[in-house]
Amino acid sequence: MTWIESLTLNSPSGFWNPIVWLAFLVIFAIIGYLIYSRGNRSYKPGTEQVKPFISGNAVEDVEEIRVRAGDIYWGFIEALKGYYGVLMRMHSGDLRDYILWYLGLGAIILFVLVGGV
Amino acid sequence: MIEHLPALIIAVPLFGAFIAPLLKKKGSAPAVWAIIITGVTLGMALLLVRGVLAQGMMVYVFGADKPTLVLPSGYRVPVRIIFEVDAIGAFMALSATLMSFIGALYSYSHVRNETGLEKYYALLLLLEVGILGMVLTGDLFNLFVFLEIAGIAGSALVGFRNYRGEASEAGIKYLIVSAVASLMVLFSIGLLYGQYGNLNIAYLSTQISFNTVDMIALGILFASFAMKCGSVPTHHWVPDAYTEVPSGINPTLLVATYASLYALFRVSFSLFGNITVNMSSLGWIMSILGVLTMFIGVTMALVQKDVKRLMSYHAISQTGYMLLGVGVGLAVLNDPAKLEAFGRDAMAGGIFHIINHIIYKSLLLMTAGALFYVTGTRNLNEMGGLARKMPYTTIAFIVGAAAISGIPPFNGFASKFLIYETSYQLSPIFAVFAMVTSVLTLASFVKVFASAFLGPPVKKYEDVKEVPRSMVVAMLILAALCLLFGLFPNVVLDKLVYPAVDALLKLSSYQTWGGLP
Repeated sequence: MTWIESLTLNSPSGFWNPIVWLAFLVIFAIIGYLIYSRGNRSYKPGTEQVKPFISGNAVEDVEEIRVRAGDIYWGFIEALKGYYGVLMRMHSGDLRDYILWYLGLGAIILFVLVGGV
Repeated sequence: MIEHLPALIIAVPLFGAFIAPLLKKKGSAPAVWAIIITGVTLGMALLLVRGVLAQGMMVYVFGADKPTLVLPSGYRVPVRIIFEVDAIGAFMALSATLMSFIGALYSYSHVRNETGLEKYYALLLLLEVGILGMVLTGDLFNLFVFLEIAGIAGSALVGFRNYRGEASEAGIKYLIVSAVASLMVLFSIGLLYGQYGNLNIAYLSTQISFNTVDMIALGILFASFAMKCGSVPTHHWVPDAYTEVPSGINPTLLVATYASLYALFRVSFSLFGNITVNMSSLGWIMSILGVLTMFIGVTMALVQKDVKRLMSYHAISQTGYMLLGVGVGLAVLNDPAKLEAFGRDAMAGGIFHIINHIIYKSLLLMTAGALFYVTGTRNLNEMGGLARKMPYTTIAFIVGAAAISGIPPFNGFASKFLIYETSYQLSPIFAVFAMVTSVLTLASFVKVFASAFLGPPVKKYEDVKEVPRSMVVAMLILAALCLLFGLFPNVVLDKLVYPAVDALLKLSSYQTWGGLP
């Protein structure tokens, strides 16, 4: 068995070799760098050129226009409002509910085992 | 010396826990003491793993003239407290000691300004004792005792910051949930003892006839350990506990949770492993619980604004992968062809995911602790632009987030790869849920990265700087492990994981230690 085979993770219907994957990653990074190095050289960091432009309006304080965590995935959560409504009710924070869920799970498992489902 | 390792590995941290309070007025001495003790215990765990892999299962009989003498002349059943360390027990012991050491190292700076540190470190060492006892014992009552030790030490640590109301509430919730689960475990042990007059797991597994009382005992044990390991729908205590516990304890608390998962596997495969009926149903229950756990966990994580709470829901979600992997193996346990074709690999995926998850989730919770250390808040809405101020924490977070999302070449990918493929063969729906969960995991970590580390700098954090060196070192060790385990998954699988899987599957070798008729 070669060293490369010894590092190959065989699964029931495929394989995975991280070293080969890494080698491809390095090759693609070099290709990417070569493309990048042939790009436009007029970009000058630290000059007026890199300042944000909002249709000629003065740029607000950047801290005020940042996207906060609560706004990220707003649409996703809004679309699944019904699902999240159920989930939130399930996570009541009430210790008595925790024990009820435990009893419910225990009852289902006992039903399956003793009932022979 | 080597033959006494199973006892010494418990005795050393127990000794350390009793000495720690004596160092109350010695500055950082309790922290240094805990680092030394956990370091020594880690060394002993490595020796234990080497011994078990080289010589097979180690048996240690407490109080015997010779620690390997299980049945003295005239005895027909084992009556003493016996530790039975096989490959899965050694695997869990290594995970526990490694994470306790990393946790102690991280805590050195992280909780330096808190009061009562001698109690903190004593409890950390007691928690380690509880976990090690659970994973090494071969005796059901002993399992209960160590479960209680871990539960009480864990709840005291969850409520350690008692000046925060939320911490006290989380500590009490954890204590009550632990107590209910462990008392029901005791009740089940009583049922089995009443029938068979013995508490030794290997001996009991040869006797169990799977009558109605046995089934009730199995059902209660299954539900109780499922609650203790944070499986849906009994996972509610996890976000509270993981969020409020100091970040240095998170790694050890994670392993404590997975010690209950180990107990669930031990009960399913070893205690009741001789049973050929109904175990397939139990495997399907475990797999379905796994899928529900991963999906509900990740969707709840997506809406969190508290960084530690978000990561705590991910811990629940990742437990689902382990349940799914091992559940697939349990579902086909009595079908040799399927077990050979994909069941054993599914279990390898589930058990490999335990150690992978312990590593990257500890890393992520430590980065959350670092954010709290620097900003004084866990609210993601109030953070921003911290990547420039905390470069090492940022690198550690990126590695942890990539690993938990299953991005190659980090460690999470290798175990998830096995779980996806093998669960597909039992039911394609399982694999679909597992992959969707990974995508949602990545999405929620993009949220954390974008809101805490990227974006314009926030004025009130203009003067913040990177966290102290011991915290950085602890995080970088874990980040390096994420990469190493990802680049060389075969080494970990061959040396640690497959022997652990085989220890669960080869019940006869677990039962034959005593030469019982």
